[in-house]
Amino acid sequence: MDFSSINPALLIASLMVSATPILLAAIGEAVVEKSGVLNLGVEGMMIVGAVVGFIIAVNTDAPLLGFICAAIVSGIFSMIFGILTQYLKSNQVATGLGLTLVGLGLSALLGRPYEGMKSPTLKALDIPFLGDIPVLGKMLFSHDLMIYFSVFIVAMVWWFLKFTHAGMVLRAVGENHDAAHALGYKVVRVRMLAIMFGGATSGLGGAYISLARVPQWTEGMTAGAGWIALAIVVFASWRPWRVLFGAYIFGGVTVLQLNLQAAGASIPVEYLSMSPYLITIVVLVIISSRGNQGAPASLGRPFHASS
Amino acid sequence: MIKKLLELDGISKSYPGVIANSNISFDINIGEVHALLGENGAGKSTLVKIIYGLVKPDSGNLLLNGAPFKPGTPSEARQAGIAMVFQHFSLFEALTVAENISLGMDNPPNQKDLGEKIKSVSEAYGLPLDPAKTVGALSVGERQRVEIIRCLLQNPKLLVMDEPTSVLTPQEVDVLFKTLLKLKSEGTSILYISHKLEEIRKLCDTATILRLGKKVDTCTPKNTSTKKLAEMMVGSSIKAPKKINKPAGRILLKIENVCSLSKSQFGTPLTNITFDLKQGEILGIGGVAGNGQDELFAVLSGEQISQKGSISFNESNITKFTPNQRRKIGLLSAPEERLGHAAAPNMSLIENILITAEQSQDLVSNGFIDWEKSKAFAEKVIKEFDVRTPGSKNTAGSLSGGNLQKFVIGREILQYPNVFIVNQPTWGVDAAAASSIRQALLTLSESGAAILVISQDLDELLEISDRFAALNEGKLSQIKKTADLSFEQIGLMMGGAKDLEARNA
Repeated sequence: MDFSSINPALLIASLMVSATPILLAAIGEAVVEKSGVLNLGVEGMMIVGAVVGFIIAVNTDAPLLGFICAAIVSGIFSMIFGILTQYLKSNQVATGLGLTLVGLGLSALLGRPYEGMKSPTLKALDIPFLGDIPVLGKMLFSHDLMIYFSVFIVAMVWWFLKFTHAGMVLRAVGENHDAAHALGYKVVRVRMLAIMFGGATSGLGGAYISLARVPQWTEGMTAGAGWIALAIVVFASWRPWRVLFGAYIFGGVTVLQLNLQAAGASIPVEYLSMSPYLITIVVLVIISSRGNQGAPASLGRPFHASS
Repeated sequence: MIKKLLELDGISKSYPGVIANSNISFDINIGEVHALLGENGAGKSTLVKIIYGLVKPDSGNLLLNGAPFKPGTPSEARQAGIAMVFQHFSLFEALTVAENISLGMDNPPNQKDLGEKIKSVSEAYGLPLDPAKTVGALSVGERQRVEIIRCLLQNPKLLVMDEPTSVLTPQEVDVLFKTLLKLKSEGTSILYISHKLEEIRKLCDTATILRLGKKVDTCTPKNTSTKKLAEMMVGSSIKAPKKINKPAGRILLKIENVCSLSKSQFGTPLTNITFDLKQGEILGIGGVAGNGQDELFAVLSGEQISQKGSISFNESNITKFTPNQRRKIGLLSAPEERLGHAAAPNMSLIENILITAEQSQDLVSNGFIDWEKSKAFAEKVIKEFDVRTPGSKNTAGSLSGGNLQKFVIGREILQYPNVFIVNQPTWGVDAAAASSIRQALLTLSESGAAILVISQDLDELLEISDRFAALNEGKLSQIKKTADLSFEQIGLMMGGAKDLEARNA
């Protein structure tokens, strides 16, 4: 066993890479759930984003365009869920599960011709001065655009929910949709926008897997990332910075256990592979077991505008 | 000269199967307190929703200051100067007072300015509020203040209040009335919806009475007797329940030092509850909602086991008994929430009978249900308690609130309990049904049962109970004979308006 092959600076750097897909999906889902909607289709929206991003990037050789298209298509894809649950009043849990199944099937179909290809990747940003700092530069300032963008989105969501009027309306809709309706707020419209945002960020997260983390297309390559994103939202008590924290713990343990496997640790591989899921959940459960959970009171409840 | 603020002309609105409003016309003058009176289902709520832009009328016109007024949304109504305090509060528990208020405004200032404004306006009207507090932590009375301040910040011309006093202590009602009279003196009109007649006589200048969606009369409540008002409202005379005074028997249920934590996050834990319940008496427990009523009910019915103290029935300890064990010894209960707690909405009335009467009526043998017997008992309840339903096979959810309440209470009473615990027996029930439920409780007590009635309706408690106590923050006040009590004393026992008194002193 040779632990010296594990380089802390590289570890942190790859931690951020491995956490970003989940972070993007989870922050979007946090907004959706804050508006009172439970969308279990995160996995499906992610993999649709992954395949669409891959196809566009391979055909145009422009990874950034791939990301943009992934966000747009997954946003539209999430509208299937939105229309079914918000206008046709279908059950949110069943519809979300259905969305995941449709997404997995659809992506397998679309991605068939692209199996085994390699995609162009985003170049790491060359940040002057900051990138040249000895250890920190490598750790934090030599990443591609999407990593910074994902942190920026978390900050924006935090700011939006805490300081803007629109953010307050969104929280109010998630808290008590009947009261929000009585005050004249458009419950369904707010929720549709939130669902669309969640779809778009999930798409970005999926595309980050197929365009940056493992730059190729394999069927079912999101491999449960959407589900762990859903769990992170709950255990992060719906708070943006805790979502970031949870995603990075997950990313960190994932990278660490991969490194341990490579270093030939004497723990069975199966235990190492399950460790990220286990540790992330244990840590977040400990955090959320203290005090107010902050679940939006109307989460998952159907809304019928009574006249 | 009196100027009209809002004129309603021939307003009609119907829903599939129901005519909510039919050709209703009346005027509200500037600076007038106008009462809208009627039973549940008379169409009051639909009418105010039309005024507030939540519902569009099928026909008829509104005139505001002489100009046509057609609010399409609540926001338009607010801009025209109409503000509304809802019956079921439209508040968000997880948000702060300031956030809640700003959600109800069209151009809210930033949170800091708003906080100061809330403070100054709430002090000016004698309704103190802390803008940074989370609404979930406030009492019901304080929550109502949030709603009122939200309206006042917009300088409304017309303030609509939907049953504002049903949740307040007498002292809080006095404070509210002072605020309303101050508003009136400033030229604000108030549309006041209630079915509490004494209040309307005290406060209102004019009253419009609705019955079954139609306007039946307009009167000056100060010159009309309560009895007359009630008859106009119901359309017939109401029999008041008759109470016979007789000495209470021996102690049946003894509660000593019971403490219990609350199941819900915003609930109130019980501390050291001690009292006893005698044969043939009705003990009334009053108090503002959320002061431990639900917790007391749960501990007595056996839904929750008290952590400390003891409950004994006939001198045997039943503290740890489950609800079914308690039913077996004749301790029955009827919770406040009809749908989902007392009855399963999607199950038939027969099935709902089985839920609580299975043991006492012997409806199950060897694990098989005796449907014939269940049906017969269901029909007995329906007949004796005048439950209006097409048949016992209909679901509980299809019954109106009043009818289901009669069914739920009747189901327990016809099992002839030794001890009967009931929470809010007539909540949201029309006057005729309420009076028949009260009569049934009195009859049951005359036959020797011990009854505990938890209620927020003080008139009801004074009418039927022999002794009275109030719950306040999970503690029980002294128990006093109802006959010796004045409203003022009751208010003090409920103790809900302490901060207000201190301020107004």
